[in-house]
Amino acid sequence: MALKWQDFKTDVFVDWCPGCGNFGILAALQMALAELGLEPHRVVLVSGIGCSGKVPHFVKANGVHVLHGRTLPFAQGIKIANPDLEVIAIGGDGDGLGIGIGHLVNAGRRNMDITYMIHDNGVYGLTKGQASPTLKLGLKVKAIPRPNINEAINPLTIALAAGYTFVARAYAYDTKHLKEIIKQAIQHKGLALIDILQPCPTYNDINTKEWYAGEDRIDPKTGKPTPRLYKLEEVSYDPVVRNLDEDFGKKIVAMEKARECGDKIPIGVFYKNELIPTFQERITQRIPFYIENPPAKQKICDESSSPITDVDVFFKELKVT
Amino acid sequence: MMDKGFNWMAGGPQGSGVDTAANIFGRACGYGGLYVYGRREYHSNIKGLHSYFHLRVSSSEVSANVNDVDMLAAFDAETVVRHIAEIVPEGGIIVDQNQLDIKILEIPTLPLEFKSIFQEFLKENGIGDSLADLLEHAKKKDIHVFEVPYMELLKQIANKLGIEKLSKITRMINVLTIGVSFGLLGYNIGLVEKAIKDVFGEKPKIVEMNLLALEIAYDHAKNNFSKDFNYRLPEIAVNEERIFLSGNQAVAIGKVLGGCRVQTYYPITPAADESEYIEAHEILSTKVPGIEAGVVVFQTEDEIAAINMASGAALAGARASTSTSGPGFSLMVEGLSWAGNNEVPVVITYYQRGAPSTGLPTRHGQDDLRFAVHAGHGEFPRIVLASGDIRECFYDAVNAFNYAERFQLPVIHLIDKALANSSQTFPVFEISGVKIYRGEIFDEKMLEGREYKRFAFTESGVSPRVLLGTRNGVHWYAGDEHNEYGHISEESHNRTRMMDKRMKKLETVEREVPITEKLNFFGEANAKNIIVSWGSPKGAIIEALNELSKEAFSLGFLQIRMVHPLPREPIQEILQKAERIIDVEMNYSGQIGGIIMEETGIPMDFQILKYNGRPMTTTEVYNALKLVLTGKAPKRQVLTYGA
Repeated sequence: MALKWQDFKTDVFVDWCPGCGNFGILAALQMALAELGLEPHRVVLVSGIGCSGKVPHFVKANGVHVLHGRTLPFAQGIKIANPDLEVIAIGGDGDGLGIGIGHLVNAGRRNMDITYMIHDNGVYGLTKGQASPTLKLGLKVKAIPRPNINEAINPLTIALAAGYTFVARAYAYDTKHLKEIIKQAIQHKGLALIDILQPCPTYNDINTKEWYAGEDRIDPKTGKPTPRLYKLEEVSYDPVVRNLDEDFGKKIVAMEKARECGDKIPIGVFYKNELIPTFQERITQRIPFYIENPPAKQKICDESSSPITDVDVFFKELKVT
Repeated sequence: MMDKGFNWMAGGPQGSGVDTAANIFGRACGYGGLYVYGRREYHSNIKGLHSYFHLRVSSSEVSANVNDVDMLAAFDAETVVRHIAEIVPEGGIIVDQNQLDIKILEIPTLPLEFKSIFQEFLKENGIGDSLADLLEHAKKKDIHVFEVPYMELLKQIANKLGIEKLSKITRMINVLTIGVSFGLLGYNIGLVEKAIKDVFGEKPKIVEMNLLALEIAYDHAKNNFSKDFNYRLPEIAVNEERIFLSGNQAVAIGKVLGGCRVQTYYPITPAADESEYIEAHEILSTKVPGIEAGVVVFQTEDEIAAINMASGAALAGARASTSTSGPGFSLMVEGLSWAGNNEVPVVITYYQRGAPSTGLPTRHGQDDLRFAVHAGHGEFPRIVLASGDIRECFYDAVNAFNYAERFQLPVIHLIDKALANSSQTFPVFEISGVKIYRGEIFDEKMLEGREYKRFAFTESGVSPRVLLGTRNGVHWYAGDEHNEYGHISEESHNRTRMMDKRMKKLETVEREVPITEKLNFFGEANAKNIIVSWGSPKGAIIEALNELSKEAFSLGFLQIRMVHPLPREPIQEILQKAERIIDVEMNYSGQIGGIIMEETGIPMDFQILKYNGRPMTTTEVYNALKLVLTGKAPKRQVLTYGA
């Protein structure tokens, strides 16, 4: 029987602020899981700390709600132990790009086959509105006493530089588009990052839903707002690397594209390369039976509880008499 | 007096093959049926600073150093300067003939604080400023000096092998000193040849060169000096299998035997050797045909990732561990708290070294007992195990996983630099009694038609586990306080029940883990004087105790192996009968003594402590205990042996 998005719903009360972008992200995720027909027990959602960290509690699939900034280490540990699991890491911009940036960069070097969703709203919501690493220099959102003194960092260019093999941006309120991006990211062979732009109606009074919709930019001809977002697929942008020779060039183009901001912000897939071996493939090079018999599934003792590992090999090397 | 055995020390600049020399020497002795205990000392440095290996050889089992050096094999002048005070009368120094003119105080690698003390020593004893002058002084103390023309011997080797550049083979000075040592000792050269072949195994050219070096040096010693040195190393026939291994290796083998299948680590001394050793053996053999096994050893970006990846792997169902030392464990603390809150069966192997901060990165210490017991915000159950010797390191590595999975909590296996980097001979470890207990795990069949709660309230505090990915077993974890399902809960009644449930596991541990895995007792039951200690001082303490018992002192030794939860009542029972309690440990404050006082109300009467970065020797423990037993000791003695 085909899964419906409701099959991924739990009874836990969703306690985000009214109008929060997270509602769109949650719905898109549940729809993506249902449309891909993923069995809930095979899915593991790993989340960090912040409003985004609560997502797993609202989704009927395994949920591991971890520490601030440590989504990727937990997610990678789970994937190493059992590569058969569909692991999806979820974190905020502060979580992934502030306290957890070291993990974000190093995960790129490994290219594990997991999906990483960043809820990007420019603020630390749960601690009441401080500037996050993606808030632009000089902006003063509602709750900070002085304008932001730090430059913003761009999640996409960092991901591209670090070695992510699928890099995309989406918008929380374009749920259908976001759902498709999530599906592509999950299906991608390798490490996928989705930077999800998301208004915070409570603390980010600059990058609001209305701002994204361009309600301050009325086209004099049509009298309608001019949205700030546009879709890469609508401008015939081609993100796919088809042979390794074009990899560097495509990355540079993607970085250029990712830097576009202000009144014209691209969303969609910026870069996709399935030619880089995943971490799981790299381990298989060393441990040939790794995929069929990964650490989590290995038998380690017999019926009488005796270990089945034979350590005589070690003792032989160390033997003196 | 006790059987001190034969004590050999090799020293030289780091990178000059001191370890290799010690390994060859130790193995050669092992092949001859002798027991060996060897301690490795080195600087936090790659090349050039002084390092040495102190080996004790005996016909019976040895488990610590004594203060003596019977033979010092010096690769350079600095080694003589640093260790001359340790050489016993009738002992020997093997020294490079070409270095005799070196001015001691001009040796660039000697630190200023050492030079100023040594300068005083030279002045007081009227010794001149060259190495030759120092050696003359040694001769007056009945120490034999064997001046070896290393360069001449290397030239002979070069000629025989047709090697033009001498610089290509200067590294073999280490094997020359071994040749001279064994020549002096009249030891069976065949056993040394076997050791060289085994150590250099896969490089036939190197084996050939070193065998030649051995032969030339051995003959040189026999022909020129042997009548000047009395000690002979015997060869003993044995008919049991023995191994020679370090604590790092013992932990590694114990882990894989115990089913470790994911090991994460960030490079740090003295823990990293363990992970690398496992990685070198990542594909394992099994006793069941057709069943494959392998460990994923994974170097992470930092220790924060290391602990959290290991926890992730454990949730998925692998036996997972990480290894580190103090600075790394400091970074792991938040992850430890998460693992405690989420009842994750993860093992942390914690190699203590001299601290605080970077401290003494390559030196020994037992500074972190209280840290291991208390680390983490909040209260959560954990087990802290402390192995006392290399053999215990092996069995405790298995126990750690069993406890972690049975009781679903983080287990900290406390080891230290002295155990990690010392090597010792043992009969092959008996593994027939080793068992694996995984605790209660629900599989998909058991879950059918059942609503699963990951943190269900139970009598024992342990809730049956489901591995991530199990059909019918979708579940949640949260670092927030959570309800039975693993969903966030700030409800006050739930909080109390959940805290009670988690903490109750400590009582379950106390009830279910046999006392033999928590405490060891040596010496006289009901003794008047009881030594209390934990971890690596065990070897020196037992040797000292055996000696003092022969002298009719009433002495017992309580070794605490499970330091948390502390087996309070058994300890109380043993200690309350004692007249004198003597706390022996390698830190400033006497940490186990403090913990025992907190838990039992029983104070320590005497402290024997050491924190100079070098492990306790049998000699100094014996001397310090004797002062206590004869009523001559202050309440707190601080030991200082070791260069």
